[in-house]
Amino acid sequence: MAQTTHPPGTGGHAASGGEGSSRRDFLYLATGAVGVVGVASVAWPFIDSLNPAADTLALASIDVDLAPVAEGQAITVTWRGKPVFVRHRTAEEIESAKKVNLGDLRDPVADDARVKKPEWLIVIGICTHLGCVPLGQKVTDPRGDYGGWFCPCHGSHYDTAGRIRKGPAPANLVLPTYAFTGDTKIRLG
Amino acid sequence: MRALKTAILSAALALGIAGAAQAAEGVHIPKQDWPHSGIFGTIDKASAQRGFQIYKEVCSACHSMRLVPIRTLAGIGYNEEELKAIAASYEVQAGPNDQGEMFMRPGLASDRFPSPFPNDQAARVANNGALPPDLSLMAKARVGGEDYVYAFLTGFEEAPADVHLMPGMNYNKVFPGHQVGMPNILQPDGVTFADGTKATVEQQAHDVATFLTFAAEPHLDARKQMGVKVVLFLIVLAGLMYAVKRKLWSTLH
Amino acid sequence: MAQAQASKFKNPVVNWIDSRLPIFTMLDHEYNHYPMPRNVNYLWAFGAIAGIMLVIMIATGLFLAMQYSSHTSLAFDSVERIMRDVNYGWLMRYVHANGASMFFIAVYIHMFRGLYYGSYKAPREILWILGVIIFLVMMGTAFMGYVLPWGQMSFWGATVITNLFSAFPIVGDPIVTLLWGGFSVDNPTLNRFFALHFLLPFVLLGLVILHTAALHVCGSNNPLGIDAKGPQDTVPFNPYVTIKDGFAVVIFLIIYAIFVFFMPNYMGHPDNYIPANPLVTPAHIVPEWYFLPFYAMLRAIPDKLGGVLAMFGSIALLAFLPWLDRSKVRSCKFRPVYRQFFWILAIDALVLGYAGAMPAEGAWLIIARIGTFYYFFHFLVLLPVLGKLERPRPLPTSIAESVLKGGGGIAAGAHAKPMEKA
Repeated sequence: MAQTTHPPGTGGHAASGGEGSSRRDFLYLATGAVGVVGVASVAWPFIDSLNPAADTLALASIDVDLAPVAEGQAITVTWRGKPVFVRHRTAEEIESAKKVNLGDLRDPVADDARVKKPEWLIVIGICTHLGCVPLGQKVTDPRGDYGGWFCPCHGSHYDTAGRIRKGPAPANLVLPTYAFTGDTKIRLG
Repeated sequence: MRALKTAILSAALALGIAGAAQAAEGVHIPKQDWPHSGIFGTIDKASAQRGFQIYKEVCSACHSMRLVPIRTLAGIGYNEEELKAIAASYEVQAGPNDQGEMFMRPGLASDRFPSPFPNDQAARVANNGALPPDLSLMAKARVGGEDYVYAFLTGFEEAPADVHLMPGMNYNKVFPGHQVGMPNILQPDGVTFADGTKATVEQQAHDVATFLTFAAEPHLDARKQMGVKVVLFLIVLAGLMYAVKRKLWSTLH
Repeated sequence: MAQAQASKFKNPVVNWIDSRLPIFTMLDHEYNHYPMPRNVNYLWAFGAIAGIMLVIMIATGLFLAMQYSSHTSLAFDSVERIMRDVNYGWLMRYVHANGASMFFIAVYIHMFRGLYYGSYKAPREILWILGVIIFLVMMGTAFMGYVLPWGQMSFWGATVITNLFSAFPIVGDPIVTLLWGGFSVDNPTLNRFFALHFLLPFVLLGLVILHTAALHVCGSNNPLGIDAKGPQDTVPFNPYVTIKDGFAVVIFLIIYAIFVFFMPNYMGHPDNYIPANPLVTPAHIVPEWYFLPFYAMLRAIPDKLGGVLAMFGSIALLAFLPWLDRSKVRSCKFRPVYRQFFWILAIDALVLGYAGAMPAEGAWLIIARIGTFYYFFHFLVLLPVLGKLERPRPLPTSIAESVLKGGGGIAAGAHAKPMEKA
């Protein structure tokens, strides 16, 4: 844009002197400033157009009915383009998750802090190492050494609370924001 | 400066041509003064809500609005709870489920308005061969825009004696060719407005036109508000630049 | 000579770069010190305005392309998604759609300015021809861009314009099939138009750089049409012309903004908000306003091939202008007879534009024929003949004298010498 000017008077300020020159400099500065504000505010719509659009945001929260998921089963739902693992844990799975000594964990979090209802474990199914989807949702899948999930890419093992136990991943499986809207109904997001 | 005037004049003439391109077709549609016309005009939300009620109760029996998500109605003053209730009053096809079958579920605000017919052919069969057009962009897709919508809805009358109506057709004074498959659908008190507005045919046509204007251009209000700011800003900038230009060039002689 | 070139810049970073790649010296030379005739008027700002428009179109176009789908089943809906759901998508699209019209307004004024002041004459022939090529590429880009929303006018405009090539004997039909990539305008056509619509603006950018380079060889023309003879006749481009052009750009942006924000669909056509339907043609097919004069010429000739040749010929003709005009005097200011015909040509172009928007029948068809005849008569007969017959008014001896004494230099008879006839 052509707003930036190089007035001939800037260098020889003292020489030309007087009030007229300072008033002129103020005018140049004001014009330049307004021009810069204009160019800067033009940039925002361009940048913001790259953010999620209204239709994407409208799907940011979804409702899931858990009633059909029997104990020991798991389902995968897509939320914001990512897989969310919902596992209906058995009593043994809950027990094994609870009795772990927190000191042994790489990312120590108690089982209570990872669930809202003990029988429902809900985690984002993306390995915290490099973004693969771990195995363990189907009964035929390998579930790793700790009965949770096993990431085939680089061999991370997660336990029945979705916590990292072995392998290169640095952190536990991430918890999505969700709330129970009924006994067996949740809203993700 | 004379050259500048010439430039502006030629630009104006060129724009006249663009106007001429539009004036070249169709019958005369009377222009109306809408609350959303003009630089500061905004959509009359109460009117648009009444228009939506008419769309829902009357128009949507035949006309789809497939490009408009239900959540868009937030722009005419419905809150989140109301939007959910409106959405839930529609049945939306979803699926396939675990059995591989499609099923119906209550609508969500993120859904688009479901269409009354599964495809154009079904729509034609149900409407005596005529295809009811989609209304998503109706207020922008006809010469005259919302004025046309109003004129069309209030334009049904008895066919003049010299006009031979085809079977199943109706006479409308503004429709191109005057013969239209759609019957005169708006009746006095055909709907009951919650806000007590008397539902004359003119009132209903006005409200439908307002609603369709909103549906075609949900960002109309935001656009005009931004426009006022942008133009004011540019005028200030132009004034400053002109002052700088005068100062600079005055040192030349 | 394995030694860095000397550079005059004080900033060490700038100096380091410039002594290895003298871009700063070049910019300084071409945009800071470039001598501009001191008497140029605001019509000379339209080159800068057109340049700004190209930048605006490329910027908005890039961000629109990130949201657009070039498939026939998705194109229309993806444009509506931009309008409804994408943040500021409506703004991008309206700026881009109206920008095409504003770009053409700027370019048309720029061209008529060149015609009036004889900017195409020696030594600026290549500059002018590059301009004609830019105009052609612009028309192609605009046409293909209009197809992308895949509305009714998009589809039928594409059908009609691509069918123009079928007028050519023998090769016509194979060419049309090749353009379509099928047997009608369809998905392959839309896809390739999107690819080309994305590419051509960068071709335009390259052409504009060449156009500017050619301009800077011989310098800008001016309202007097005489050459600048020294520093007393010119001002440095920056800050004098920068601020003047900048002011004109902002005024132009105000008009542009009024369209974008308050009447964004005024220059469009309602039918393009109806999705493309290959089975139903709209009652009136009208191209965008900037094509209307050429469209009128196409329809004015009762023969298919003849109409197509007239339309393409009317643009190709412009490239030969430097040799068709035999007068040695550049500016219309000193050509009393030709000046009248210039204005007739300007009115002719507007009348042709109006006729192009009207149904091609009755009086409008006759008017279009007269207009087409005059257009070719003007360039092919009037210009060569007038150059021989017209006696131009005396030219001032220098720009500075004319500016400082005022009155366009005509009064200064003692210094002015009548232009020799060619």
